[in-house]
Amino acid sequence: MSGKLRDESKLYDSPPYILEVEDLWVKAGDNLILKGLDLHVGVGKLHVIFGPNGSGKSTLLGTIMGLPQFQVIRGDIKFKGKSILGLSTDERAKLGIGLAFQRPPLIKGVRLRTLLATLNGSDSAIEESAEELGLKSHLDRELNDGFSGGEMKRSEILQLLVQRPELVLLDEPESGVDLENITLLARFIGQLLERDKHIVDRKRSGIIITHTGHILNYLNADIAHVMMEGKILCHGSPMDVLRQIKEKGYRECVECLLAEQSREEAA
Amino acid sequence: MTDKIPEEELKRLERVGYDSSGKLRRAGSFLITDNQIVETRKKEKDVEILPLKKAVEVYPWVEELMFRAVPEDKDEYTKTAAENPPVGYFIRALPGAKVKAPVQACFFLKTTRFSQVVHNIVVAEPGSELHIITGCISAFYVKEGKHISITEYYVRKGALLTYSMVHDWSYEVEVFPRSGAEVEEEGIFVSNYVALTPARKVQSYPVAKVKRDGFAGFYSIVYAHPDTYFDLGAATLLEEPGARGEIISRVVSNGGEVISRGHILGAASKTSGHMECSGLLLGEKGYIHAIPELKGATRDTELSHEAAVGRIAPEEISYLMARGLDEESARALIIRGFLDIKIKDLPEELQKSIDEMIEKATGGGAI
Repeated sequence: MSGKLRDESKLYDSPPYILEVEDLWVKAGDNLILKGLDLHVGVGKLHVIFGPNGSGKSTLLGTIMGLPQFQVIRGDIKFKGKSILGLSTDERAKLGIGLAFQRPPLIKGVRLRTLLATLNGSDSAIEESAEELGLKSHLDRELNDGFSGGEMKRSEILQLLVQRPELVLLDEPESGVDLENITLLARFIGQLLERDKHIVDRKRSGIIITHTGHILNYLNADIAHVMMEGKILCHGSPMDVLRQIKEKGYRECVECLLAEQSREEAA
Repeated sequence: MTDKIPEEELKRLERVGYDSSGKLRRAGSFLITDNQIVETRKKEKDVEILPLKKAVEVYPWVEELMFRAVPEDKDEYTKTAAENPPVGYFIRALPGAKVKAPVQACFFLKTTRFSQVVHNIVVAEPGSELHIITGCISAFYVKEGKHISITEYYVRKGALLTYSMVHDWSYEVEVFPRSGAEVEEEGIFVSNYVALTPARKVQSYPVAKVKRDGFAGFYSIVYAHPDTYFDLGAATLLEEPGARGEIISRVVSNGGEVISRGHILGAASKTSGHMECSGLLLGEKGYIHAIPELKGATRDTELSHEAAVGRIAPEEISYLMARGLDEESARALIIRGFLDIKIKDLPEELQKSIDEMIEKATGGGAI
């Protein structure tokens, strides 16, 4: 793989890094999905990843979380300077990585309140956060059973609020959420990421995947990336990148990809 | 009278809801060890608790209730029971009496290779309310044994009867309960069955006949350990207009063999019935065979069922692990949740005791 791309990945964010993804190749079943991906996330920063369907965005977050359906075949993932490839999903969660699932599974019989209590949420904190997220009546319902798209997303955020991860991975948190609730959701994501604090005091970092970019109207991110075909191709300021995509689609990114491929072939 | 029972056995009785300390509110108590009636005590005036033999003497009409809801010639076990002198309880709530505290009963098998045969009759008179919790238990040292029981429930017009049975046998015990219920107009009968500890073989198939606007509900929670065999089920016959029925079972097999049956017959207009058989397979061995049956014998009946048998979905486990639960805790949480059916009208302390048993069956290295 081109070392050039790897070097470049550090330019947009500065150390100390909470997350370092280096030359990551990942398979899901027989499909090769990530093909030499590099990403560095600095402490206190929020990164956004754009990309068309099937570009590997969810695979990246799932692999960082250590979900068993993804196999790393090459490369490394470091969290706070140490490789986490050998760690199980729960060990990674305990270290401080948390994931808001794009499509969380229905778990019959397990009530939202029971799970939150298992995560050491105090009764009053659970009640309070649930109330603010409009999920109070969902606490005694089974996880994701009959939840609307928006309710699932809010339930994911509620769980992360109790979990308090240092690195928050958000997989399309605004899909299926109506406009009114995006503001609410963004406010709580901001809280999770300590966006209200001054940059030097922020300890929590995040990666957010967004298809539409809607959420960026309510949440300031620091750096944006465009992902295609299992690689990160371009970087920039979130608003610039979003504007480009809105104006030209991913066409320019395809050109980037072609250029990259021809560089590789030449090498 | 329970002072004859060793301390550790009394603790086990507590696990099945039988409080011998007198701390918990009970409308009365009835305890049999092997085939000896050890305790018959009533604490509330509106409830009668008698040994069945005595009840037949006091009330000649009781004899007519014997082998009415459960036919005498149904099988070898009912025949065995009919041949033996009746040992068991007669519990009755007087007309209009609302007996909120549960009556507790317990059948305690304490002699190895003993065949315990009991016959019980429960009558909830018109407009009454009665709750019974029955624990069936064997002493920890009992290696082999047999428990045969006939229980007949008569829910009179507008009465409410809940009957909760918790089994806590040991391996090598074989159990054959035979029960039947008659639910009269606007009567409500709720039967709960909980079996979370091993028993070699349990076979049970209560039948409820439901009259006009009455309701019969059967709820069961079963955890089948390796080398156990459960053939369980219930039938609800909706015989008159407006009758309703529900059969809900949650079965976990960790290597045990389970047949989970259900039958609802809608034989009259405006009847409705629903059934849910859910099974979770944990082990390499064992099986769960769900046999839900619906029979609509009139156009104006609504019957439905859901049945699902499978393993725990891996994505459910990895989802919980992403929240920081280790694999074992994630599985235990899912299994506990699976078994957590909110049983209607269950006395709080019995629910607590059931929760503890679920905790024990699903935690503590059992899975």
